Amino acid sequence: MDLATIVKALGLKIRHGADLLDRNVTGGFTGDLLSDVMAHSSEGDLWITRQIHQNIIAVASLKDHAGIVLVQGNEPAADTLEKAAKENVPILVSDLSGFETAGKIYEILNVRGG
Amino acid sequence: MTKNVFAHDASLYENRFPVEGGNFDKAGQVSSQIKAILKRMKLSSEIIRRVALVSYESEINIVSYARKGHIHIQVKPDYVLIEAIDEGDGIPDIELAMQQGWSTASQRIREMGFGAGMGLCNIKNFSDFFRISSDVGKGTHLKMVIKIDKVFDGI
Repeated sequence: MDLATIVKALGLKIRHGADLLDRNVTGGFTGDLLSDVMAHSSEGDLWITRQIHQNIIAVASLKDHAGIVLVQGNEPAADTLEKAAKENVPILVSDLSGFETAGKIYEILNVRGG
Repeated sequence: MTKNVFAHDASLYENRFPVEGGNFDKAGQVSSQIKAILKRMKLSSEIIRRVALVSYESEINIVSYARKGHIHIQVKPDYVLIEAIDEGDGIPDIELAMQQGWSTASQRIREMGFGAGMGLCNIKNFSDFFRISSDVGKGTHLKMVIKIDKVFDGI
């Protein structure tokens, strides 16, 4: 499943990475504790979080995530966007809650097939 | 970097990366550099994944709790050795610090999603060998080995 399909289905706002939407999303992970994300998420995951500070970029980049979705309409901090550009990490914003965002992405990945 | 790759214990790569205490702007940079180097060396993605986690958690610990420190990495034919050595307050009760969920992190650190009391457990779980020693008032020394399997991970 490419990132563009998920962006379109959920109406996600693209804050960085309009040119990176052909990336393949193989799964998802929801978490706000960075150690939890480091230990349990996988390469190719779309990471759903409400953390907006710049340290999320290092985590997403080290784990080779497909991108980051910020929930509840939370916008990324300015230095987060700078780092996202440097590390090529797509940053998307969902107006839905974390629960609804994860539910919809889960459905797309598992019902329509990854 | 050394040289004699025929010697049994020769380092294929070795470097020492300084880490600044308290500077969350740069947190993760050292681990990103280490990951890029191991990728260029064509280590398996499994080894890279584990080294990246171990070095990231060690780096965050130095940033969160120490004045300064460094991460020393050596890639040998059979293993990767990662050491995180810092100058800081040290850990009075290591057994307690190793407990999942136990943390002395400030509110500020916790709000960023760090300080959940998982870091040292993660490091231990992702390493083949793990040793921690600490001098109160001086600092902490972590030593981790991740084994390279010649068949599965061969360089």
